Amino acid sequence: MGLFWHFLLLGCLAVGGVSTVMPDMYRYVVDEQGLVTGRQFADLYALAQAAPGPNALWVTLLGLQAAGWTGALATTLGVLIPATIFSLIASAFHAQHPDAPIALAIRRGLAPVALGFMLASGWLLLRSVGHGIPGYGLALLTFAVASATRLNPLWLMAAGAIAGMAGL
Amino acid sequence: MGPRNATEIFLTFARIGASGFGGVNFWIRRIIIQEKRWITDQEYLEGLAIGQILPGPNVYNLTVMLGYRFGGMRGAFAAVAGLIGAPLAFMVALGLLYQRYAEVPILERALTGMTAVAAGLLLANVAGIAAALPRKLVPWMFLALAFVGTGLLRFPLLYVMGVLAPFALASAWKKR
Repeated sequence: MGLFWHFLLLGCLAVGGVSTVMPDMYRYVVDEQGLVTGRQFADLYALAQAAPGPNALWVTLLGLQAAGWTGALATTLGVLIPATIFSLIASAFHAQHPDAPIALAIRRGLAPVALGFMLASGWLLLRSVGHGIPGYGLALLTFAVASATRLNPLWLMAAGAIAGMAGL
Repeated sequence: MGPRNATEIFLTFARIGASGFGGVNFWIRRIIIQEKRWITDQEYLEGLAIGQILPGPNVYNLTVMLGYRFGGMRGAFAAVAGLIGAPLAFMVALGLLYQRYAEVPILERALTGMTAVAAGLLLANVAGIAAALPRKLVPWMFLALAFVGTGLLRFPLLYVMGVLAPFALASAWKKR
């Protein structure tokens, strides 16, 4: 139940996507509650990138690992309920006020903050790779390829799996 | 022109959800705009922009809004059910496999490689979006503070957001 309320709160704060609240999910699930290890946390995030659908559904994987089926339900609903409610409100609001300045201020103002949170998420993943130069090198290479091309990320994930198996 | 009923909404989004390997946005654009012509590119961009200021996954927000627009509440829930149904089942299957085989050394190493790639992808995303930030001190300062607070100092996100958001909103409001 604690898991549900915490994810519901994070679901309300996740402006810019779920990866913005990932550092806090880590803090809560790994550091504070000890439900999953740091290694598992990073593994599950990586696995979810190889699945179809919205990547945010990796919280389902996290909940499943942390507390079984009820955990999966708690994290998934926790994130999706606020997203659904806010989207419905926005739909109704947007239909009446298409150019509301408050929306612009929220978008411009919160964008850098959300980016800072996302950067922290990337930092978290990098650290959990923890294999020194080869791991960082692979991340850097991915960064370069993903920035320069529009290659489907799935290919990069497959390449990463192979590089890992070959003894990263 | 739009979908005839909730069933068509559900089936269309189910197709998007199941094909969405490596990014749902690509398939939303391909199927809803180019193939079915239910909305235009311009409307799609506006929807995405609104999705960015709402909490939660952007594509999910966009899906709720599109479903609502096509068929009210019923449409919204049909779209969502379609979008996440198959991926959820896939996630659960992945999770069960992980619990069973995570200790196998070769898979453990594969996962390490995938994590490194996932980190690179996420950082490339951050860099791509950050490139559109104005070249001014204030937004970059907010970015740095948010990173240091949650990433390095590991403060709870709620507190970091609580401290930064009022200032960030005020500065954007003033410059409007």
